[in-house]
Amino acid sequence: MTITAVEAADSRKSPFAGFDFERVAGLGLLSVLAAGLIYNFFLNPTQFVQVTLTGVQQGAIYALIALGYTLVYGIIELINFAHGDLFMLATIFTTYLIAGAWLWQPAEAGAGGWLWLFGSLAVVMVLCSLINVAAEFLAYRKLRRAPKLAPLITAVGVSFIFQWVGQQLNGSGQKNWPTVVPATGGIEIGPVVLEWKTILVIAVTIPLLLLLNFVVQKTRQGRAMRATAQDQDAARLMGINVNRTISFTFAIGGAMAGAAGVLFLQSFGTTRYDLGFQLGLIAFTAAVLGGIGNLNGAVLGGFVIGVIQAYNDGLPFSPGQKWSQTAVFTILILLMVFKPEGILGKPTQEKV
Amino acid sequence: MTAQLDRVPDVDEPRRGFSLGHNGRWMVGFIVAGLTLFVLHRFVVPNSPDGVQQFFKEWLPMTTMNEALVWMICAVGLNIVVGYAGLLDLGFVAFWAIGGYVAGWLMSTFIQAVNPGFYFLSSGIPDQPGIHLNWVLVLVAAGAFCALVGVLIGAPTLRLKSDYLALVTLGFGEIIPQVILNAEGATNGAKGIAPVDQIAVLPFGPSTITIAGQVLPISQPLGPFDSTTRFLLFALVLAFCVFVSLRIREGRLGRAWLAIREDELAASMMGVPLMRTKLTAYAVGAFMGGLGGVVYAIHVSSVFPDRFTFTISITLLAMVVLGGMGNVWGVMVGALVLAWFNSTFLPQFGDSFNSTFGTDINFPSFNILIFGLALVLMMLFRREGFFPEARTKAVLSEPERSDDEEIGGGLS
Repeated sequence: MTITAVEAADSRKSPFAGFDFERVAGLGLLSVLAAGLIYNFFLNPTQFVQVTLTGVQQGAIYALIALGYTLVYGIIELINFAHGDLFMLATIFTTYLIAGAWLWQPAEAGAGGWLWLFGSLAVVMVLCSLINVAAEFLAYRKLRRAPKLAPLITAVGVSFIFQWVGQQLNGSGQKNWPTVVPATGGIEIGPVVLEWKTILVIAVTIPLLLLLNFVVQKTRQGRAMRATAQDQDAARLMGINVNRTISFTFAIGGAMAGAAGVLFLQSFGTTRYDLGFQLGLIAFTAAVLGGIGNLNGAVLGGFVIGVIQAYNDGLPFSPGQKWSQTAVFTILILLMVFKPEGILGKPTQEKV
Repeated sequence: MTAQLDRVPDVDEPRRGFSLGHNGRWMVGFIVAGLTLFVLHRFVVPNSPDGVQQFFKEWLPMTTMNEALVWMICAVGLNIVVGYAGLLDLGFVAFWAIGGYVAGWLMSTFIQAVNPGFYFLSSGIPDQPGIHLNWVLVLVAAGAFCALVGVLIGAPTLRLKSDYLALVTLGFGEIIPQVILNAEGATNGAKGIAPVDQIAVLPFGPSTITIAGQVLPISQPLGPFDSTTRFLLFALVLAFCVFVSLRIREGRLGRAWLAIREDELAASMMGVPLMRTKLTAYAVGAFMGGLGGVVYAIHVSSVFPDRFTFTISITLLAMVVLGGMGNVWGVMVGALVLAWFNSTFLPQFGDSFNSTFGTDINFPSFNILIFGLALVLMMLFRREGFFPEARTKAVLSEPERSDDEEIGGGLS
C-alpha cells in the first residue's frame, strides 16, 4: 500500500519532468528570447551593458519590495496587496525629509547631504515598519484563520487607504523632486557610465540584504520566524510568541519597502500616489519568479525582472516601453503556467 | 409508517397560502423599483415643478442609473466566477473591455474596409462604411467572444492555487487594456472608437407609439438623451443575466460550482470534473462581462481604453463582496448602491455640503478612503456581505483551514 502511494506521488509529473509539449514550448520560448538578446548585444554592446546596469539598479529596488511580499506570504500566506502602496508612501515620506517638501532642500551634495540621506533612510524605514505592523495588527490579525479571500480583500482595502493618504499628501498628479544624488554622471568605465544613483542603490541594497539574511538565518528571532512559517501551532508549543513573530516579519518587510522608497526617489525623483500598485505588482512578480517564500529567490527574481524590464524598455531591438507592463505580466503568466514554484522554490503539493 | 411520513407536509402546506418564495420577492422588488424609476423619469418628472425636476436631475439622474445597470450586469457575471465557483478573479475588467470593443467593431464606422457598409437590422445612420449589426446580435457576439477568451485564459491557469489564480487574472486584466491601447490597427489606440451606433427598441415596426400623451420610440433610433428607454432595454439585458444565474444555480452545474467553492478536493472525489466546471464558470462569467461591455459602449456611445483600469475590477469585486457573495440579488443591490454612491452621491453630497458650510472639501477624493475602509470593516465584521445566502454565511463563519499546517508557505 505504501509503495503504491509513493509511486502515485512520484508519477504526478512536474511540468518540466517529462518530455512533453509544455517543456518544448517553454524551451523554445526561452531560446527565442536568448537569440533576441544576443542579437541586441552585437547590435550595440555599449548600450547593452548600460541598459543592464539600469536594470540592476531597478532590480535592486524590486528586490527590496519583493522581500516584503515574500516574507509576509511565507509566514501567513497572504498576498499583501498593500505592500506596494506602503512603498509609495515611503517615497512620499522621503520627499518630506530630504527633497524640500518640508524639511530640507538638497542644495549641494556635500557630506551634509549624504548624512541627511542616510538619516532619512533610517527614519523612513522605521516609519514604514511601524505602519506595516499597525496594518497587520488592525486589519489582518483577526482574519488569520478566515478563508483566504477575506484577508486578501482586506489587503486590497488597506491598499486603498494607503493610496488615499498618498493622494492627500502628494496630490493626484505626478510630482518631480530634486535628489541628493546627482541625476546624471558617474564613474566612466570605458564607454559605459556607472551612474552615481546605481552605485547608491547597490551600496544600500547589498548590506540590507546581508543584514536580513543574517537576521533570518542566524538570530533567535529569525529562527522563530522560520518555525512560525513552517507550523504555527507547533511553534506556539515550542514557546514562540507567534503574534510577535508575525509582527516582526511585517516590520522588516515594511522597513525594506521604506528603504526601497528612499532609493526610488533618489534614482527617479518622482512621486505618484498610484505608483505603488504598478511597482508592487512587478515586485510581486519578482517574488513569484524567485519562488515565493524564498528570500534569496525574491532578490534573484527582483534583479531578473529589473533587467528584463530594462532590456524591454531600452534595447534597440525590443518591444519598447509601451509594452513594459505587458512584458512583465506575460512573464508572470508564463511562469505560473510552466513553473509555478519559481526558480528557487520547491514544488508544493496540496495537503488534504 | 408511510402514512405518517406522508401526512407531515400536509399539515404544513395549507397554512402558507400564496408565497413568492425568496427569489420571487426579490424579483418583484426589483421589477417594481425599475418600473417606478422608469415611470417617474418618463411621465412624472417632466411634468413636475422645477424644484422636483432639479432634485431628480441631481440625485437620481437616469445616466447614473444606466451606468449602474452596466455595473450590475458585470457584477452578476463576476458573481458567477467569485461567488458561485469561488475562483478569485481580479481582472474582470478585461471582459468588460473586450465586450466594449466588440461593440466598437460591429456597431460603428470603425472597420472602414467594409465599404459600402454592411447593415443588418441596424438602426445606425445609413449609408456609411463599417459593420452595423443589430445590438442584440452584437450582445450575442460579444458574449460568445468573451466566453471564448475566458476559456483561453482559464485553460492554462485554472489548475493553479487560489491566490496564484488571482494574480494571473490580475495580470490579464493589466495586459488586455495595454494591448488595446497599443494595438492601434485593431482598436484605434488612445483615440478609441466613437461614435457607436444608436440603438432602437425594435428593428422594424412603427416609428413611434403614443401612450398617455407620451411618445415612445419603437423603430426610431433612440436619441442621445433618451436614457429612459435605454434604461428599460439595459434592464432587460440585466434580467437575462439574472435569469441565467438563477437557473444555472439550481441545476447540476450550479451545484457543482458550489461544491468546488466549498471544498475542491471533496468535490473532485465526488466526481465533479474540476477543470471543465471551473472553465464553464469562467465562460459564463465572461459572457456576462461581454454583455456589460456592449451595454456600456452603447451607454456612452464610444469605447476608450483609458477607462479600463484595475480599479474597475476591484470595484466589481467590492460590489460582489459587499452585496453578499453568491446571492445574485444582494450582488445587484451592492452594485447599484456602490455605482450610485460613486457617481452621484459623493459629488452631490460634496457640493451641498460645501455650499451649505462654505467649505472647500474635495469629497470625490474621499472615494478611495471610504472604499478601502468599507472593504476592511466588512471583512472584519460582516464577512458574508449585507445580503448573504444562508449557505455562504455558514461557510464563511467557520474557519476553513482546519489543518493548521496549511498556514504559511514556509521561509527558506
